[in-house]
Amino acid sequence: MTAAATLEVRDLHVWFGLGHGRELHAVRGISLALRPGERLGLVGESGCGKTTAILALMGLLPPTASVSGQVLLGGENIMARGEATLRPHRWRDIAMVFQGAMNAFNPVRTIGAQIAEPMRLHATVPRKAIPARVAELLELVGIPASRASRYPHEFSGGMRQRAALAMALACSPRVLLADEPTTALDVIVQAQILELLRSVTEELGLAMIFVSHDLPAVAVICHRAAVMYAGQVAEEGPVPSLLRDPRHPYTRMLFGATPDLWEGSAAQPIPGAPPRLDRPIIGCSFAPRCDRVMGHCQEQRPDWLQVAEDRFAACHLNAGLPAAQVQP
Amino acid sequence: MTEGAVTTGAAMGGSPLLDVRGLVARYPVRGVAGVRRWRERPVVHAVEGVSLTVAAGEIVALVGESGCGKTTTAQAVLRMLAPDAGSVLLRGRDITRLSHRELRPLRREMQMIYQDPYESLDPRFRVRDAVAEPLIIHRLAAAGAERHELVVGALELVGLTPPELYLDRFPHELSGGQRQRVAIAAAMIVQPRLLVADEPVSMLDVSVRAGILALLDTLRRDGLGVLMITHDLSTAAHHADRICVMYLGRIVEQGPASAVVHSPAHPYTRALLSAVPRRDPRAWAAPEVLPGELPDPVRPPRGCGFHPRCPVAVPECSAVLPRLRAAGPAAHLAACHLIADVQATDGAG
Repeated sequence: MTAAATLEVRDLHVWFGLGHGRELHAVRGISLALRPGERLGLVGESGCGKTTAILALMGLLPPTASVSGQVLLGGENIMARGEATLRPHRWRDIAMVFQGAMNAFNPVRTIGAQIAEPMRLHATVPRKAIPARVAELLELVGIPASRASRYPHEFSGGMRQRAALAMALACSPRVLLADEPTTALDVIVQAQILELLRSVTEELGLAMIFVSHDLPAVAVICHRAAVMYAGQVAEEGPVPSLLRDPRHPYTRMLFGATPDLWEGSAAQPIPGAPPRLDRPIIGCSFAPRCDRVMGHCQEQRPDWLQVAEDRFAACHLNAGLPAAQVQP
Repeated sequence: MTEGAVTTGAAMGGSPLLDVRGLVARYPVRGVAGVRRWRERPVVHAVEGVSLTVAAGEIVALVGESGCGKTTTAQAVLRMLAPDAGSVLLRGRDITRLSHRELRPLRREMQMIYQDPYESLDPRFRVRDAVAEPLIIHRLAAAGAERHELVVGALELVGLTPPELYLDRFPHELSGGQRQRVAIAAAMIVQPRLLVADEPVSMLDVSVRAGILALLDTLRRDGLGVLMITHDLSTAAHHADRICVMYLGRIVEQGPASAVVHSPAHPYTRALLSAVPRRDPRAWAAPEVLPGELPDPVRPPRGCGFHPRCPVAVPECSAVLPRLRAAGPAAHLAACHLIADVQATDGAG
């Protein structure tokens, strides 16, 4: 698995300095491996660290953040010397689509010019070939090439999200990071964008990390999902088996809180709130909200265990199984 | 102070709590490409003849994509904007032509909560002040002790217990769900009869959404009428008694929630339903992905507004505007020329 991975994240930590010597431990040791062409969903409530984790992969965190861990892109640790080793890969090998497509564009420059920008910066395409490549990218995401000369305000939300994807694909990256790309969109446009992400990644053989709080959206386009809670991965596995047989109570409760149009049972809220991350967490971070909490959950942090083939979870309910080699 | 007025109002009986009839709201626009200003004055046709009712103790969901006119409808209901035509009756009384002075006592009866509890609460107001503010505006409960009692009661009503724990907190010390509960407490403290909820849970985490919706359900059981604006059909299906589906400023389908969800009659409703991701991805195998997006409301298409995207449109659709007609039992209506045909196809398929 390690050898074949396009992108591998090992024990990633992110801290934000809060001043006065205090800090917030936003990402508390996550490890992920992304195979070529694989779509991995990163799911969780707001504040669980999912966006922080992928911004760390892009090296786009604010200066108050400190990061540790390894990010292996085709075997090379791009975090080895921080910005110096990351910069050559940003947009070229690893690109990102941001949450607010509304605000991702400069309002006074044409869409075409903005899609061309990463190509000019990285010189991945000869200057003369850029307009043709912009047209090709626009067509790929379902925008008529003639729209390249239009400004962002002339585009609807769905069109801007398509254009943002075209910009991310400009330098033919190997890995696409998508941060809540459908959150602000209406259901029909959301379905269009999900379908577009699926078809484009399939066509280009792109690996993708799809960050969302929307479990159903992750379920429809991702092969695997990692459920994050309080800066850690609580459970990971192929989407169908994860949903059928969750091995962490948080996955099950998150699933139960998601309303379903045709299912009779109403959604059940998860009581309580996620823990504060500016204080040390003792034991399992989910214990205060868990409906199957046991005595030692409060004191002992659960190990990351392989619970079935290709299935991992960090929960004491799976005790007795051999510890996984993937995460320290 | 208004106890007397309330009793006379209730004695009127018969009419629903809220009765919206043929509501039209248009916004003037300037500088639209291709429109010659000296020939025609361009307007956004935001709401074009919407009629709906909300009874006491009923949750009615107004569902549709952004830009379909659902928020404009809500604003006209609350007289936050003056409609261009049509009327809004609150307990049988037309409020569209009332002066602001005449309207003031009625405002207390209709309250609103917003999508974003991070924006709708003043960051410098403690919970006790935010919840008490409507009492001051409506000149109710002048005495400090009485006011305190009402604030505590409102916090208990929305499940922020024990209230002493929340009274002196600032919004930034609360979670999103708690903030939305504070916003609901501030709306409920003046004992409204109608609550307009504009996307009440769409900004909240999925883990707390169900709790807020259950709260609205409890308030409804005590007789509150709720007009819930949402683009989330799953929420509407589980929590509303009736659903009105809007497209391009018009209601294209309305009826009991289960009828609209389980036997949709309008092709737009069917597309909307098929696009909703399912909890189980195997059940979401083939969403009907509609081509294109909402047409420009400055120049709506002729005939049925949905015909340019409709998978089953016939020539008639681009010429004649379909009226709402019976699409099933129990006041299930839809505005589509093909209603009979659509149902026949369903039976065959």
